Amino acid sequence: MKIEFTHHQSAHCENGVISNLMKHHGYNISEPLAFGIGSGLLFCYIPFLMVNHAPAFTYRALPGIIFKRFAKRVGIKIKREKFKNPQQAKLRLDENLKNSNPVGLQVGVYNLVYFPDEYRFHFNAHNLVVYGKEDDTYLISDPVMETVTTLNDKQLEKVRFAKGAFAPKGHIYYPVHFPKELDLEKAIVKGIKHTCKDMLAPIPVLGVKGIRHTARLIRKWPKKKGIKKANHYLGQIVRMQEEIGTGGGGFRYIFAAFLQESSTIINKPALSELSKEMTAIGDLWRDFAVDASRIYKNRSAKEDAYNNVATQLEVIADKEEVFFKKLKKAIK
Amino acid sequence: MKKDEVPQDKSNLETANFKELCYAVDENGEYTTVNSSGWDPKTIALNKAIEDINERVEDAKKRVLSNQTSPIEYYMELHKMDLAILASYVGLWKWRVKRHFKPRVFNTLSNNILQKYADTFDISLEQLKNITLHEN
Repeated sequence: MKIEFTHHQSAHCENGVISNLMKHHGYNISEPLAFGIGSGLLFCYIPFLMVNHAPAFTYRALPGIIFKRFAKRVGIKIKREKFKNPQQAKLRLDENLKNSNPVGLQVGVYNLVYFPDEYRFHFNAHNLVVYGKEDDTYLISDPVMETVTTLNDKQLEKVRFAKGAFAPKGHIYYPVHFPKELDLEKAIVKGIKHTCKDMLAPIPVLGVKGIRHTARLIRKWPKKKGIKKANHYLGQIVRMQEEIGTGGGGFRYIFAAFLQESSTIINKPALSELSKEMTAIGDLWRDFAVDASRIYKNRSAKEDAYNNVATQLEVIADKEEVFFKKLKKAIK
Repeated sequence: MKKDEVPQDKSNLETANFKELCYAVDENGEYTTVNSSGWDPKTIALNKAIEDINERVEDAKKRVLSNQTSPIEYYMELHKMDLAILASYVGLWKWRVKRHFKPRVFNTLSNNILQKYADTFDISLEQLKNITLHEN
């Protein structure tokens, strides 16, 4: 069976699934809107979580939380389930497809066969939609892909039951209840307020302070960890910033797009101006990536080069601090 | 980023024949989406990460062949895993998996436990015991 489902490509998987499922149910929610209302933008340094033998840096909220916040703020209800038994997980998926209900799944990337090999790491918080089943083949709408694709039941079971950090455990989710009308205005204000709070939080590894903390680390790395590790860690920062699904510039452009769209919805021209500012900050993030990539390309980098990119990060932190303070005022 | 500044560099995305989506502003300052074939700084970072992994695999291979570690470590690196990930796939404590890296311990493992590793790495028991039987 195949459910009539329109696939729209998105930059980031979780926003994309939200946006595609909402559109399927007749609500025109764009990807930036889903991202902004769910307060997806963040910066966080997670020293104890080693990804690929380097500490993790994230530019967005924890997996799953964007959809959770989005649902709560616009007033829809989502049903979520995790499973111990793959058989049961499959059964529940098939039931939903039989009822013509496309569902979101959390999956691991490592065994996702349609991804380029180089992108297949043990990352367990990817999201996709299943919109049908033909014999043993599931029809897949993966939001970061240009077109729809398929996985057979063995392949799907493997990615649904990937192991490691954030193991999906067959996680399946779909909206079950919609309000008569989505209260977008309130939701947008709430989403922005939350993002401002996160980015200005008085916690050393979070938001603007986290960016400054990272800059300090970069200055120390070459001496403390040696050039090889320093380069590896720096590469990690860039990869997390520009991985498939960030839309470029560590999600800053998606957030700028969200502010622009919101400015007309809640009728606040100030947001449109702020959107331009955020775009400029996104460009700074990209400049940082360019210079950082130069360092790990030439292995024999001078210490000066590390100080340079660290300074760039500090400039970004200052700009984002000013920016989020302004945004907080604008939304009051 | 302006629409015409969206990078169109050569990248690994080509092998899977797809382009990723980027957000950029058009001539009127309105946000729109553009497909990108890749961006060099990102490709460099990614290739660097792959290079590092290959180095680790080669190193592990050498140590297996000189009997300093067990094939389990080699296959773990080959599958881009670390101790925590491997332990969670085979359903054992991390310290037990680490202990199985010792060739002396590895040689005494029961087929039952070896099978768990073989299933995780998607290989046969013979390949698990002898890495030269594995193409790669």
